[in-house]
Amino acid sequence: MAEQRTLSELRADGGKPDAVVVRDALGVGVAVGLSGFAFGVTSAGSGLTLVQTCALSLLVFTGASQFALVGALAAGGGALTAAAGAFFLGVRNAFYGLRLSQLLSLTRAVRPFAAQWVIDETAAVALAQPTRRSARIGFVVTGLSLYVLWNLTTLLGALGAEAIGDTDAWGLDAAGPAVFLALLAPMLKSATERAVAGLAALLGLGLLPVLPAGVSVLVAALAAPLVLWAEGRRRGDGTDVREGER
Amino acid sequence: MSIWGAVAVTALGCYAVKLVGLLVPAGALEKPLVRRLAALLPVALLAALTAQQTFGDGQAPALDARAAGVAAAAVALVLRAPFLLVVAAAVVVTAGVRAMGG
Repeated sequence: MAEQRTLSELRADGGKPDAVVVRDALGVGVAVGLSGFAFGVTSAGSGLTLVQTCALSLLVFTGASQFALVGALAAGGGALTAAAGAFFLGVRNAFYGLRLSQLLSLTRAVRPFAAQWVIDETAAVALAQPTRRSARIGFVVTGLSLYVLWNLTTLLGALGAEAIGDTDAWGLDAAGPAVFLALLAPMLKSATERAVAGLAALLGLGLLPVLPAGVSVLVAALAAPLVLWAEGRRRGDGTDVREGER
Repeated sequence: MSIWGAVAVTALGCYAVKLVGLLVPAGALEKPLVRRLAALLPVALLAALTAQQTFGDGQAPALDARAAGVAAAAVALVLRAPFLLVVAAAVVVTAGVRAMGG
């Protein structure tokens, strides 16, 4: 994505041309938006009605939580337990919001409306931008294209669930992890990020059988403070915590 | 609680945490340690989600065609392929491996 721009596309002030930001944002918005099809199919296949499936995409609008909820309901879990797992998965969006509110410098009146678009993909695109202007463009273009397409493809997926039959046979269950991996890759800038990612992946897999799905992801997030703490210890005094290279 | 109840609770809860993140005062981020932690948390969460959705089947560990698909996505990422191609590689390879009985 962002790494693909050539030197000639870079502006002297370190900013990016708006068209390049829009192209990167649409790349993410369209690709992930289309994967709403997989959600629509999965949700309808899990026994939710068409209206329930569409309500989830319109109102919850955070893919991992939606998949977690319908997966738990399909597995026969209680409604409250299923909702709790989905909620815990959604808690990570608060951390994206924490960074985005400063980066985008949103007014108080705009925040309730911008909030619904605070998800993995908009955060990844906005946080990868070099300037506030391009971060704002990235957030809005990714959010809008993703919201519209995600809801449209959810509807189509739910309608087509019976026509397509076994979605796993079409490899659609690999779309989710591939999306997460594509979002993660540009973040792995230094040894610290790679250590956090490696430890979190191990914790996520190791804890999967013993904790509810949403909870094991949250516990795996402890890899971040753990690696930071270990880094501070190794450096000795722990006073010099390095800032991001932004 | 009905399915509609689960939908409502999830929708309200997920919207609330999104909004809370945006409403926390910016001053909370001025400490370098907090900034660093906020930058690293998405790395940890995305890595854990990738691992679980690649090698997990519900609560159980699983090694199936998805591993080949996600490996193809990783290769596409190393080759700097566009986002859509990365996802398409995962889907096509996973479907292909399954079709061959993997």
